[in-house]
Amino acid sequence: MLRILRRRLAAGILTTRYPETPPEVSPHARGAPRFDLAAWSDARPAAAACPTGAIRVEDAADRRQVTIDLGRCVMCGLCAEADPQGAVTMSGECELATTRREALVGVAHYELDAEGRQVRLLSDDSLVRAGDELARTAHGLFGRSLHVRQVDAGSCNGCEVEITNLSGPVYDVERFGVHFVASPRHADLLLVTGPVTRNMEEPLRKAYEAMPPPRLVVAAGACGISGGIFGVNYATLGGVDAILPVDVYVPGCPPNPFALIQGLLLAMGRWTPRRA
Amino acid sequence: MIGQRTERVATSAEALPEVVRTLVGERGARPAAVFAEDDRAGSGRFLLSYVLALPADRAYAVVEAPIAPHEPRFPALASWLPAVNWQEREVQDWMGLTAVGHPNPRRMALHDNWPEDTFPLRKDFELRRALPPLRGERHRYRRVEGEGVLQVPVGPVHAGVIEPGHFLFSVAGEPVLYLQIRLFYTHKGTEKLFESLPPEHGVLLAESISGDSSVSHAAAFCGAVEAAAGVEVPPRARYLRTVLLELERLYNHVADIGAIATDVGFPVANAHAVALKETVLRLNEALTGNRLGRGMVCLGGLRRDRDADRLAMIGAALPAIERDVESVVALIESSHSTLDRLEATGVLKPEVARDLGVVGVAARASGVDLDVRRDCPYAAYGDLRFRVPVYPHGDVLHRMRVRVDEVRESIGLVRQALAALPDGPVSVPLPPLVEGRCGLAAVEGWRGEILHRVRVGPNGRLARCRVKDPSLNNWPALAEAVQGNIIPDFPVINKSFNLSYSGTDR
Repeated sequence: MLRILRRRLAAGILTTRYPETPPEVSPHARGAPRFDLAAWSDARPAAAACPTGAIRVEDAADRRQVTIDLGRCVMCGLCAEADPQGAVTMSGECELATTRREALVGVAHYELDAEGRQVRLLSDDSLVRAGDELARTAHGLFGRSLHVRQVDAGSCNGCEVEITNLSGPVYDVERFGVHFVASPRHADLLLVTGPVTRNMEEPLRKAYEAMPPPRLVVAAGACGISGGIFGVNYATLGGVDAILPVDVYVPGCPPNPFALIQGLLLAMGRWTPRRA
Repeated sequence: MIGQRTERVATSAEALPEVVRTLVGERGARPAAVFAEDDRAGSGRFLLSYVLALPADRAYAVVEAPIAPHEPRFPALASWLPAVNWQEREVQDWMGLTAVGHPNPRRMALHDNWPEDTFPLRKDFELRRALPPLRGERHRYRRVEGEGVLQVPVGPVHAGVIEPGHFLFSVAGEPVLYLQIRLFYTHKGTEKLFESLPPEHGVLLAESISGDSSVSHAAAFCGAVEAAAGVEVPPRARYLRTVLLELERLYNHVADIGAIATDVGFPVANAHAVALKETVLRLNEALTGNRLGRGMVCLGGLRRDRDADRLAMIGAALPAIERDVESVVALIESSHSTLDRLEATGVLKPEVARDLGVVGVAARASGVDLDVRRDCPYAAYGDLRFRVPVYPHGDVLHRMRVRVDEVRESIGLVRQALAALPDGPVSVPLPPLVEGRCGLAAVEGWRGEILHRVRVGPNGRLARCRVKDPSLNNWPALAEAVQGNIIPDFPVINKSFNLSYSGTDR
């Protein structure tokens, strides 16, 4: 007993002050890629390097449409490595959660020269970041207490490695009143990971149906949002919103604990965008 | 010699059982993997392969036999070689080759509600084929009958943050008589998907086979492709891969030690363990940009080098990690009530472990002395010193103690690798892949032996990538270890194996 107490005192307070303070990620951490759209002279190498189709190029005559989908991005950094001009760089940004799937997608239009290089940026519907939409029905209802049931609908377990950390001393989501529960019947929110597999479609639906309304769904990770690197195939159905209505999308591969906390706070109506 | 030593033994389907029997009987071979390939477009045959570890020769043997498409069947070995039981059933399900004489030929990889004549790994099956909605019973479980016998179904959605799978316990009173395990809920077409991706993207897919083993699976996949390409990765990359692989072992073992304590009601120890795991995840992030170590290993070596400062930071963090590990271990080992719950719980007998071809932590805790790092070295392991802990007990306590010993060895390995880190490049360019070439690589992931075996197809793509996670070897052993124990001890027994569902289901 004394040993336990001594050990406890020696450890001190480990819990992060996030979200009061910014995410404590390494300066080397790979979060969302950044695109200098005006300076970008050729999107093709980055698109070819992307393993998930998060960067797509469609050419028609001397026009090019570049679509960037953070919901598909696994943050591998291959696009930045492939881009010769350095218009694509990797940032450490991880607070990317949003209530709208389309907010993760940006589109840019370019005029091309004869070699297919981008000479002029015509229009730029760039990414709308998190925090732009707040008060939801959940606000006030689950703002102080949120019971979460996690369902792995086919994930690689990478997301679960991070979700498990939420209950530990460093991230401790109980400080927000967030509590992981054993049954969907006790849950306000379903935290779903993975591309939804054919074999998990029915258990996922059943878990959702077992929840008492009002209920929220958070899709975590590139796979939960879009199917990620697995996409849609004979065994997977893609993102969670192919099966259930999704309230919050949390990008990442896997999303780190700060990103997951941000997503949960957004679902609770408690997320305030950080001022730089 | 490039990569790990591999002997290829070509034989016929009729002679295959005798070849395997001789290797097992005379050369002490351990059956590790079974898989089939659809080579009808090339040789006009299916190809069936058994991969066996040859510890005395520090090598693997791949015994390969052609199967004629008009007679899509092969003699099953599972009746006398239980270690291949599950994987022979996989061959049936994925490739539609019948395992003749198999003691339990029911579907395993595909659930019963999948349509008939669905063989996803055949070449005439499209990756994106839209299957009709799945209807009907998923699996017909065996009935267990008798006075007072009760069946307790659990899953696929479990109570904790765990991957999905179904466990059906048959109990008589408290003790478990029989456990039936239904997996493959997270099957996502991974092996098929490898065939459609350029190999450099295959690395990222390998990182997502089992997220907690991202580095190990990436290293195994790259090792297999590098072997097929005939390239040797530069020494500096071999050493840095070793550092990444050991950091992965470190965070997972520490997490498991804590989780085992939690499952017997000692969460204080787990809180310290989770904090320690966080320290290692942050080291991973500083070193690789990703907390799970993703995006660093690539075909031919590593995607980028790390300067001395960043590597020194890893070395500088080790003493504190070491101190914290010892303090968590001391907490657990000094709690008699904890040890009492762990000791003699979930015993896997050495002879059962051997028969089932169990690998990794579970094998070493049951007296089976194997470790790919020592038995068939890769990365820098051949140059480094480490001990392979082995205990004969086979209980939860000793699966935990194997982890404790290995954590200490891992810290030592990271230290040695950093101290002896060679200069030079961290990658070599991969030559164009030649159609028909094969490559096999084995990695001792933190759970145990991971195998990847690739065959190069047309246009530099892979014709086949077989992925064998150690969990595939070890799940049947869990069902054995649980027998006679009470259901409340199942979580801790399960955690002590901590098998990957996604790695199994792929």
